[in-house]
Amino acid sequence: MTANRKNSREIVEAGLARRRRKEATFRATGMLATAVGVIFLGVFFGTLVMQGASAFKQTFIKLDVEMSESVLAPDGDLDLAYADFDGLVRDALRRGFPAVSGRKERRELYRLVSVAAGYQLRDELTSDPSLLGSTITIWVPASSNVDMLVKGNIDPAIDESLRPISDAQAGWIESLQQADRLETRFNKALFTNGDSREPELAGIKGALMGSFYMLVVTVALAFPIGVAAAIYLEEFAPRSRWSDLIEVNINNLAAVPSIVFGLLGLAVFINWMALPRSAPLVGGLVLSLLTLPVIIIASRAAIQAVPPSIREAALSLGASKMQVVFHHVLPLALPGMLTGTIIGMSRALGESAPLLMIGMVAFIVDVPGGFTDPATALPVQVYLWADSPERAFAERTSAAIIVLLGFLLIMNLAAVIIRKRMERKW
Amino acid sequence: MQNLTLILLLAAMAGGAFYAGRRRSFAVVGGPAHGAQLHSLPGYYGYFTLIWCLLPALGLFFVWVLLEPKVIVALIVQSLPDPQRMVSEGELNLLVNNIRNLAAGDAISGDADAVMRDAAERYNEYLAASRRVLATLTLGIAGLGGAIALRRIRPEFRARNRVEQVVLYLLIAASSIAILTTIGIVLSVLFEAIRFFREVSLTEFLFGLTWSPQTAIRADQVGSSGSFGAVPLFTGTLLITTIAMVVAVPVGLMTAIYLAEYSSSRVRAVAKPLLEILAGIPTVVYGFFAALTVAPWVRTAGEAIGLEVASESALAAGLVMGIMIIPLVSSLSDDAIHAVPTAMRDGALGLGSTRSETMIKVILPAALPGIVGGILLAVSRAIGETMIVVMAAGLAANLTANPFEAVTTVTVQIVTLLVGDQEFDSAKTLAAFALGLVLFVVTLCLNVIGLMFVRKYREQYE
Repeated sequence: MTANRKNSREIVEAGLARRRRKEATFRATGMLATAVGVIFLGVFFGTLVMQGASAFKQTFIKLDVEMSESVLAPDGDLDLAYADFDGLVRDALRRGFPAVSGRKERRELYRLVSVAAGYQLRDELTSDPSLLGSTITIWVPASSNVDMLVKGNIDPAIDESLRPISDAQAGWIESLQQADRLETRFNKALFTNGDSREPELAGIKGALMGSFYMLVVTVALAFPIGVAAAIYLEEFAPRSRWSDLIEVNINNLAAVPSIVFGLLGLAVFINWMALPRSAPLVGGLVLSLLTLPVIIIASRAAIQAVPPSIREAALSLGASKMQVVFHHVLPLALPGMLTGTIIGMSRALGESAPLLMIGMVAFIVDVPGGFTDPATALPVQVYLWADSPERAFAERTSAAIIVLLGFLLIMNLAAVIIRKRMERKW
Repeated sequence: MQNLTLILLLAAMAGGAFYAGRRRSFAVVGGPAHGAQLHSLPGYYGYFTLIWCLLPALGLFFVWVLLEPKVIVALIVQSLPDPQRMVSEGELNLLVNNIRNLAAGDAISGDADAVMRDAAERYNEYLAASRRVLATLTLGIAGLGGAIALRRIRPEFRARNRVEQVVLYLLIAASSIAILTTIGIVLSVLFEAIRFFREVSLTEFLFGLTWSPQTAIRADQVGSSGSFGAVPLFTGTLLITTIAMVVAVPVGLMTAIYLAEYSSSRVRAVAKPLLEILAGIPTVVYGFFAALTVAPWVRTAGEAIGLEVASESALAAGLVMGIMIIPLVSSLSDDAIHAVPTAMRDGALGLGSTRSETMIKVILPAALPGIVGGILLAVSRAIGETMIVVMAAGLAANLTANPFEAVTTVTVQIVTLLVGDQEFDSAKTLAAFALGLVLFVVTLCLNVIGLMFVRKYREQYE
């Protein structure tokens, strides 16, 4: 008996070291797995900020432009829409670098500044016609290649034929820098312009407005419908096959791939109802169908959290079922519903696959001014820019992503704050 | 009249109806002092009038706005001279589009002739007439409805019950929108898919080995015979999904185990929200990261060990997709692990097993159905994921199991077939809907089974 007990103890002790080792390995694997996600997050944000931060700055070049009448109005009358402002820019550059001669060299010189310089001069003259004939000093945006060189994204050490900036151009840029005629400033164009083929002119305002209009439609439809559906299912629906069906259905809809909602939007809203393509209205409709399950599920949870004693008290005082719901349950469940709605909206803001289906990927320069104007959305803009070959667009894509993530962060923080502030413990 | 103005006018009328109804309820009993003689609270008489004023008018408005374009186009087409009407459907659509653009004063393709200008003018006339009739009818019905409601107000009239009945119907309508969405998805995908299968046989689509979706404009064109064998797409999807699951399942599961069993509450408080951030990042951002950062890494790493890696390899897309799915797997596994009764865990620990033994031999087997359900949901998510593969996986339909080659997926093909200019009737466009049908059916099955597992299992221990 004693021998036997000792024996089993020995067996246990013999295996102990191995078991402890196994335990340590298991634990280390778990730690590693957790670290994988966290490390990825770090690498992800690190590269994003490293790539994108520079897009918030843009290189500007100082020019002394003579608003000469002979260039702008060669035959005497000035037509602002057709006047040759680019000629003024070219004159100014030539005067800045008198040594440059030859067609090829001059053309390279002209490529230092963005095509936006001409528009900027036109705006100046439009706002102050008395400038005609005088010489003004003005900061104009540099072209995207110059911008990339200044920011160090183009390596001047590699072979000339492999980079978009020639040695001569690099030399001019250096002399501009030495003369304090070159500066990097905050890139306002990124937030005030629509899309453009020129990276230095491309901005996200069009996409932001598109996303805004879409979210307005989505909130206006999905919130009331979602809350109403949740109220019915929680408070009124008899336990029947029908309500079971709706319940299963909603849970499934929440897991249907978003691109399928895009197909629905294309077939129903665009082909059948003949609503306009690329419009925030259609995008909003699709996104509201997409977020509806999220809102319904969150709202039902919020209604369930209201204690039955509240309902019973109201009923016992003679309120009708409808009055109980709308006067007591709904106000108490509202914070939870709002939180769910905001989270649904943040999902909608990041969604792009269904929008591709309904034509919101077009190249649209104008900032949309309404619900039926052609528009694109912020995540779709990210997709479009990520496809562009120019180096400068990669930088702007990261910047657009930073802005997008910023909005998502704000929305999620708002949700957390609402939950913390208004949550009630019963 | 602009539609927005009309809506605002209707809203104003509805507000007026509410106050009129309320005042009328006081009037029928002879002043607020006698309010107790009313059956319902005065506000309910107001709401009752409002509903009568607003609902019929709004219903008419929406039906009208929905049908208006179709009716006007039909009228225009009928009024066109015969030579223009006797063209193919596509040309007719183009003509109608041009007329519409001309009417709106936009640029049109081709030159405008007298017939089109006439038609455009008529289009504008019809539109203006339709708007006038709509405005008169809507406002008329609103006024009439309000007046009828006002006449029905009596002290013994059960306004509250009527209003609540209407509200209940509205709630039911709202909750059936979820059903309508599903029906809409099924019908829209199914109809177009059936049209596709009229041109391409089901067996060719499901078992064909080459995918090159183009349709000929002329019969003698090079490569005129498009082939719609979707097997390469299915295998491509499967390959990327497998890579994603190979990353996501072990990592997600071990994360859940570590956070549930080993980590201090401080680590948990930091790691859990961080993982939730991972779940909240838009997929297009993952796609950008996969295409511009991970794919070059994979390529350089592969070349360093002497492998030939395509620049749009399945591996890069699969890896990033796996990382995207980690939070889903870990949170569903976490739920499953926490649902196992503590008594089982305590029992195993009390018998002297280590924590890893408890986990592997007791908790995981007990939590297995929940975990499997979660993994099925994750697979469905990976199959339906679009943006990562659109940006990081290729377009070429290679039939391969090599993760270093470029493959394409069902979702990528849906996007490429439907983005850009398209003819709505060609087999190419319809093929996207057939793929959509497959995608919907497969994910639906996975979701139903997954949710069933998760639910059944939860009930077992509750």
